[in-house]
Amino acid sequence: MLKIAEEKNLAGIVETAVRKHGAQADAFIPILLDINHNYGYIPGEAIQLARTLLHDLPGKSAVGHVNEQPLLVSEGQLYGLASFYHMLHTEKTGRHVVQFCESAPCHVQGGRELWKEIQQVLNLKAGETSPDGSFTLKTVSCLGLCGVGPVMLVDDDMYGNVEPGQLADIFARYELQDEAGLPIGGAK
Amino acid sequence: MKFTRSMVLVSNDPESIRRGSAEVYQQFQHDLAQAGLSDEVSLAQFTDGGREDALPLVIIYPEASAYGPVSPADVARIVEEHLYKGRVVADLLAPVKELSGRIGWLKARKGALPMEKRIVLRRAGRIDPENIEEYIVEEGYQALARVLAGTRMQVIEELEESGLQGRGGAGFPTGRKWRFVGSTKSPKKYVVCNADESEPGTFKDRVILEGDPHSIIEAMIIAGFAVGADEGYIYVRGEYQLAQRRLEKAILQAREFGLLGKDIMNSGFDFDIHVHSGAGAYVCGEETALLESIEGKRGEPRARPPYPTTHGLWGKPTLVNNVETLANVPAIILNGGEWYRGIGTPSSPGTKTYTILGNINFRGLIEVPMGITLREVINIYGHGLPAGASFKLAQTGGSSGSIIPASLQDTPMDFESFRKAGVSLGSGALLICDERTCVVDLAITLMKFFRFESCGKCTPCRVGTDRALRILTSISQGEAQLSDLDTLLGLAEELEIASNCGLGQTASVPIRDTLKHFRAEVEAHILLGVCPTGVCDMAPVQVV
Repeated sequence: MLKIAEEKNLAGIVETAVRKHGAQADAFIPILLDINHNYGYIPGEAIQLARTLLHDLPGKSAVGHVNEQPLLVSEGQLYGLASFYHMLHTEKTGRHVVQFCESAPCHVQGGRELWKEIQQVLNLKAGETSPDGSFTLKTVSCLGLCGVGPVMLVDDDMYGNVEPGQLADIFARYELQDEAGLPIGGAK
Repeated sequence: MKFTRSMVLVSNDPESIRRGSAEVYQQFQHDLAQAGLSDEVSLAQFTDGGREDALPLVIIYPEASAYGPVSPADVARIVEEHLYKGRVVADLLAPVKELSGRIGWLKARKGALPMEKRIVLRRAGRIDPENIEEYIVEEGYQALARVLAGTRMQVIEELEESGLQGRGGAGFPTGRKWRFVGSTKSPKKYVVCNADESEPGTFKDRVILEGDPHSIIEAMIIAGFAVGADEGYIYVRGEYQLAQRRLEKAILQAREFGLLGKDIMNSGFDFDIHVHSGAGAYVCGEETALLESIEGKRGEPRARPPYPTTHGLWGKPTLVNNVETLANVPAIILNGGEWYRGIGTPSSPGTKTYTILGNINFRGLIEVPMGITLREVINIYGHGLPAGASFKLAQTGGSSGSIIPASLQDTPMDFESFRKAGVSLGSGALLICDERTCVVDLAITLMKFFRFESCGKCTPCRVGTDRALRILTSISQGEAQLSDLDTLLGLAEELEIASNCGLGQTASVPIRDTLKHFRAEVEAHILLGVCPTGVCDMAPVQVV
C-alpha cells in the first residue's frame, strides 16, 4: 500500500508534463503542478529531469506561441518555485492530504472549534503526516467557498458546512478506499 | 441551435454532494434519456441555492419548481409526472420557506429582490457556461462586434465616460489605465486578467468565471483591441480547478467560432488567450507578483515604478485588470458609458459584488449599486443576524480590508465615502461578526494569514507579521503588557511605510483598526486577564 507513489513512473510523468506545456518560462509552474498532481510531490530527481528536458526540447508550446527570451533555467530556480508555492510539495505527503481553511470567514463560522477537532481526530498537527502514511494535515488560505464554511479539502474533494461530528465518517471513507486498493486522490 | 422547453438544475455544492446529488444527477441523465426527453430538457448543475434545509435541491424551469431533498428514487416520478405529463409533484416540493438573496437569479426572474442590480453576474447561473451559443443568445460577443467596427480611442473614451474603477480593491480608474497602456509605443503588449482571487471571504470572481467565462474572454479581446495587444493571459488561482476547465473550454469554443485567433470577425485584428494556473500564493494577487509568476518565477512583487502599464510581462506594456472589472466592460460598450454612470454614486459609478459571510442568517454573493449601506446589506440581503445576536463589527475586503464598527453601518459603501471614513472597501467581502467574536482572536486569525502568505522578499513584512502575531498571541494568553500595544502600533507603522507591496502594507490594518475601535476590549485581556467574550483560552484569574 505504501508503495503506490514509488511504483509511479516519475520519468514518464515529468516528460508528459514538459511536452504538454512546452519548454518555455511560462510553463514552469504548470509543469510542476502536473508533476505534483500525478506523483504526489516533487522529488529532487523530478527537478533534474525537468531541467534536462526543458533544455533539450525546442522552445515551443502546445498553443504554438514562442517567447523572445532564450530559455535559461537552473535546477535551483525550479526548486525555488516548488518551495515557494503552497500547492507544490517538495516532501512526500501522506496518501491523503487534508487541507483545512483557516481564514477568518471559516474561523468565525465554526472553524475555530472544528480545527481543534480535526487535529484530535487525526492526531496530527498542521504540517504533520501520520506514521502509517495515511494522512497529511495542512492549513490552507481561503478556498473561496466561504458561503458554506467551515471548509475542508481532502485530496480534491471539498467538504462544506463541516461539523465536528462528521469528521470520523469522512476520514473513514478514505481509509476504506485505501483498504480496497483504490488509487491515490479521492475518486468521486 | 437546440431549443429546450424545460431546464433541470441539480445542486452540486459540497453539502449536496455529500448527500448524494451526483447520484441524483446521474439518475436524471438516465431517466431523461429513457423517456426520450434528452433533446427537449436540458440538465445542468448549480451551486449555492440558499436552501441548506432541502439539499440536494432540484429546480425545474420555467415553472421554477423547487424539489428537495431529492433522492435518486424520486427522480423517476419527477421525470414522469413533471417533465412528461406537466404536473408538479406536490409531495416532493421543498418545504415553503423565504428564498434567500443567494438565489438571486431565481429572484431576478420573479423580480422581487429589492435593489439588486446585476451586471457582472447577470448571466451566471442562468446560462450553461460550457455552451458558447447560450452566451451569444444573451447579447454575447455583440460588444466585441461593435468595438471592432469602430476605433481604439472610441473604446477608451467610452470606458472613461463610464467612470468604471478597478474592482480588485484599489479602485483605480479603468479607462485611464487602458489609456496609459494604449499610448505606449511597443509592437508587443499584453492583456492580463487577474483571476488570482485569494482574498479571504471573496469568491465573486470564481462565480463569474464559473458561471460566465465568455464575458471575460470577450472583455479581454476588447481590451486587447483598445490597447493594441495581441496576447492575453488569464491567471487563475490554482485552487479554482473548475474555473480553469470552463475557461479552457470557452477559449476552444471561441476559437472555433472565429472569435479568438487570427483575423477576428474579419476585422484583421488578432488576439489569443492562455489560461495560466497559479500554484497557491496569495501574494500573486498583487499585479507585479502575478507577472513574475507567469514568467516562471517565485511570486515576489517587483519594485514600482516602473508600473506594468509600461514595463509589465516580459518587460512589455501590460494591462492588468481584475475579473469583476473586465466583466463590466461588455455591458458598458453595449449600453454606453452614460448608462453606467447612472448606476451607483457619482464618485463611484456602477455596481459592486459583495460576499456576505459570518454570523448572519443568509450567506452568499450579491451584486448591488455602489453606495448601499452596510446596514441595508445585513438586513435586506443577509436577512439580519440570527435571533439574539447583535452586530459587533464587519470586516471588509478579506484580510486586507478594514474592520468596520457598528458606528459606520450607515456609511454608503463606495470608494469615496469609505476613504473619507478611513476604511477600505477592499475586494467586497463582508464578514459579519456578532458580539461573541473576540477582536483579539479575530486579529490573530488575520495576522496568521499574513504571516503565512508573506513572500519573504522584504524584511518589514517577513519579520513584522511574525512579531505582530507573537504579541497578539501573548495578549490572547493574558501574558502581554500595556507597552506591547505601543510596540504593535510601531510595527503597524513600519509595515505600512516600509513594506514593498500591498500585502505588508495592509497587514497593519487589522492592528490599527482593532486598537482604534476596540482598545478597551484588548486592554481587558492585558489588565484584567479576562477575555470579555470568553473566546481566548486565558489562564484562570487569581482571585485574592
